[in-house]
Order: sequence, then structure tokens, then C-alpha cells
Amino acid sequence: MSRLLRHPMAVVGGLILGAVIAASAAAPLLASSDPIKPSFGKRLQPPKVLGGASQNVLGTDNLGRDILARLLYGGRVSLALAASAVVVAASVGVAVGLAAGVLGGRLDGVVMRVADVQLAFPVIMLAIAIVAVVGTSPGALVSVLALSGWVLYARTVRASVLTIRQLDYVEAARTLGASDLRVVLLHILPNTLAPILVIGSSQFATMVLLESGLSFLGLGVQPPQPSWGAMLAEGRDYLSNAWWLATVPGMAISLVVLGANLLGDGLRDLLDPRLRQ
Amino acid sequence: MRSFLLRRLGQSATTLVGVSLLVFVILRVIPGDPAKMLLPEGAPQSAIDALNRELGLREPMWVQYGIFLRSVTRGDFGQSFQYRAPALRVVVERVPATIQLALAAMLLTVVFGVSIGVLAAVRRGTGYDYAGTVLAVLGQSLPNFWLGIMLILLFGVTLRWLPTSGFQGWRYLVLPSVTLAAFPTALVARLTRSSLLEILGQEYIRTGRAKGLGERSVILRHALRNAAIPLLTVIGLQIGTLLGGAVITESIFAWPGMGKLVVDAIFFRDFPVVQTVLILSATIFVVINLVIDLLYTVLDPRIRYG
Repeated sequence: MSRLLRHPMAVVGGLILGAVIAASAAAPLLASSDPIKPSFGKRLQPPKVLGGASQNVLGTDNLGRDILARLLYGGRVSLALAASAVVVAASVGVAVGLAAGVLGGRLDGVVMRVADVQLAFPVIMLAIAIVAVVGTSPGALVSVLALSGWVLYARTVRASVLTIRQLDYVEAARTLGASDLRVVLLHILPNTLAPILVIGSSQFATMVLLESGLSFLGLGVQPPQPSWGAMLAEGRDYLSNAWWLATVPGMAISLVVLGANLLGDGLRDLLDPRLRQ
Repeated sequence: MRSFLLRRLGQSATTLVGVSLLVFVILRVIPGDPAKMLLPEGAPQSAIDALNRELGLREPMWVQYGIFLRSVTRGDFGQSFQYRAPALRVVVERVPATIQLALAAMLLTVVFGVSIGVLAAVRRGTGYDYAGTVLAVLGQSLPNFWLGIMLILLFGVTLRWLPTSGFQGWRYLVLPSVTLAAFPTALVARLTRSSLLEILGQEYIRTGRAKGLGERSVILRHALRNAAIPLLTVIGLQIGTLLGGAVITESIFAWPGMGKLVVDAIFFRDFPVVQTVLILSATIFVVINLVIDLLYTVLDPRIRYG
């Protein structure tokens, strides 16, 4: 931890990410008005810095809704979906990777072929194809996102298992009579955690991008529910007279992705001894 | 070499069969009624049932897969529900636009990604290095749909320098290809920098300098050539990113390629077109990566496939 703190980029990344998560979590306290209810009297108000009213700091959208409120509530949706997707992808991927690595044989062959097949698809095409048919409930979105992400964990964990299995201490545990399950859970799994953490933090960035991409195309979170991607898509029609509509949510997405990328890079430098200087 | 080629071809073929099965199962197992989407709203249930039967959607799954395989061997990939024409023809008509966009983006990626990476590595620790790193981090963090919209705002709406939608000549290609290239360029720049730095510490580089080679020759002929293999691998994998990114980029710029086609087809539940696009992009991806595997032997004579 103290080494992480000495990594300035990782600290900056962590702070950015932490701030956005905290702000979204505190949405009900920070937002001054309802994110969904239209108020047609004050459509397309500019942000305060451009001479707008002070109760709508970031201005209002085409239906007169407060952009800051929508941004904060939208952040809750986008971040929660991305985080759940990472957790599901990691759990599935780790379980599959452990099983393939430990049991080997035919199961291993099948799993790795499936992984190959999936890697041959552009992720977003697979995702939109599935969402188009399953629909856009939160559960469906998380499953689609997770489906696009499990392969990385499965491959990494499988590779670690194959290396770790050969090590003396695993042999020692076996000799002492530890069961296979005990060896896997207590001796092998903890040693694969570092790469999982690194993948997870970078993948969070990818998931936020993918989720907003889907919402942008109209295949993610459905209106009037706010989400960053959908806000961006709505703002596209008002570029010439209210450019902040599309600009603000895009900045939020970029900020989160930047934070997660910086944190991920920092963690990688820290946890991968080969890259440590 | 021949046996390696055969084995890799076999693997690629297996992958593609897997792809076709996966696409097929995903599109059929999951609920959703194409006939309802195709008919005008409020059409009677009898008409919906009749159309579903006509489209073959009431057959058991394995029969449908059989029908699909037959359409593949016939070379039409089934009939598009929406266009009432062979799905393959509908898709192939859109391929040139996507290839043009992807090639332009790939060119930008290689030219700018490699130059920025080389500059950052050679001038390590200077302003160039930091500027390159910042550009690369930004390139990887800006969502391409946002970047595209911001480019439209700046160059299309405000400055009015470039057209923002459509497909009539190279001026139309500028904004979409920059949008599409941003992410892979950043990735290639970072990778070029790190692999070049590693190579520049090697003894043969010192030998090269010691025997009086110019810096340009050391970097371009000795170092960069050895960095080419990891670069090429990553660039090959980026083909997937480009094809996928094209979905969003083409939608933003109304670019008439496969990406826009597949989004439209999905909203119409036009399964034959969707599965043709997915299978075709997977094929392009697999073939390009096969070619790259073979290119390794050209770039690095030490690699021999037995």
C-alpha cells in the first residue's frame, strides 16, 4: 500500500475514481432537482459559467432537466453496471480458469477453444447482437458485459495455475495430505490474485466504455433513466445551439476511464515484479 | 512450414465453425419476435405466425442451423428479412466503405503511433516523452463516440472545415478515421515506446553504435526492426477493435459501412444480416491474424515453423 502511494499516477487515478464514485453515491444529497421529471419552462439553459442560472450549475437539457442531477444519477447507473460486470466476469473467469488449469484434459481443451472463438469477435458487435435480443434490463446488460470480459481472467488464471502447480510448496502441501480442493483454494488461488486485480481495474475502464457505448447506440439503459451514454446521444442533436449537452457526460466518462486506466497501470507496475524498476 | 500452415488453417476453420454456431445459437435461443418487428404495428397474430413460418423461424433449432449451413454453401447466407435480398449481397455491398475507413484508420495508427512511440523512446525523459505519454493516456481514455462528436462540434459545426456525415470523397474520411484511430494509435505508441526502450538497452545496439553506425540507422534498422514482432501482433489484434469501433464511428458519421448496417439490422431483428456481418468480421479477423503469424518468419528469420 505504501508503495502504491509512492506511485503518483496511480494515486491520481485512484483519487479521480474515488471522487466520481463518491459523488455518484451521494447523488440524492448533491443533486438539487429531479433527474427524470421534465420542466419545459427552462429548456436548454447554459451552464452557470456561461451565464446560466445558479440553480442549474451545468445547465439543463432539451427537456429542462438539470444536467448535474442527471450526471450524478447517471453515474450511479453506469458505475454500478460496470462494477457488477467486472465482479461477475472475474468470478466466472477465475472459476473457469481454475477448473481448466487444475482438471486439464478435455474440459481444458473445450474451454480454451470457446475462449478463442470469443476472441475472434469484435466485443461490441457480440454485445449489441445479444442486447438486441435479450433486451436491456440491468441483469441482461451486466451479463452481456461480463460475457465479453471473462476470457481474460480464465486465460490468466489457467496460465498461473499451470505454473504454480509445478512449484515445490504445492507439492509439499500435497505430500502433507491436503485435498485437491484445499490446494486449489488455499495455495493456488491466492497466488493468482495479483494479476486478477490488475485486469479488474483496467477492465473497469473498458466496461464503462462498453456500457456507455451501448447506451449511446440506444441498446443500453433506456430513457428516461439517465445514463452517460444516452445523455451523450441526446446531446448530439443540439450541438449547434447547446453544445454542453454532449460535452459534459463525455467528460465524465473520460474522467472515469482515465482514473481506472491510471490506477490499473500503477497496480501493474507494482504487482508485476518483471516490470518493477 | 506446410504442416504448420495446415494446422493453423485447421484451427482457423474450427474457430469459424464455432463462431457460426455461437452466433446462431445466441440469435435464436433468446426471445424476440422478428416477424412482429417486420410487420406494421397492430398486425394480426395470424399474419405474424405466417411470416415466422415463411422465414423458417418455427422449425426446430437444428433444422434451422441446417438451413443456414445450406445457405452458406449456396453462397447467399440466407435472405435478409429487411431487404428481401441475399444477406451476403446486402453485407458485401457495405464492405468497401468499412474497409476504406479501417485502412485509413490503420494507416494513421501505424504512422502516428510508431512515430510518437519512437520519438518518446529516443528522447526519453524529455518534453517529447511526457507529451507523448499524455497523448497516449488521453487517446486510451476518450470514448470514441465522444471524440467523434467533439470533432464534429469543432470542425463541422464551429469551424465548418470538414463534412460530418456521408461518404463522397476523402474529405468525408478525415473525421471518422481520426475518431476510429485514436485508441489504437495510443496503444501502439505506448507499446512502441516500451519495446524500443527495452531493445535500446541490448548489447547489439551498443555494438552498432560502437562500430560507428549513425543514430538513425541504429534506431530504424536495428532497434525498430526488432520491435516489429510485438507491434505487429498488437496491430493484428487491433483489427478487431477497428471493426468493432466502426460500429459506433459509422453510426456517428452516417458512414454506410458494415457497422451501421449491423446496428440498423439489429433494430429490425434482421437475423441473417446480423449473423453474416458477425461471421464476416470474425473471418476477416482470423484471416488477418493468420497472415500476421506467417509474416513473423519474414520479419524474424530465427522463427521457423516446423
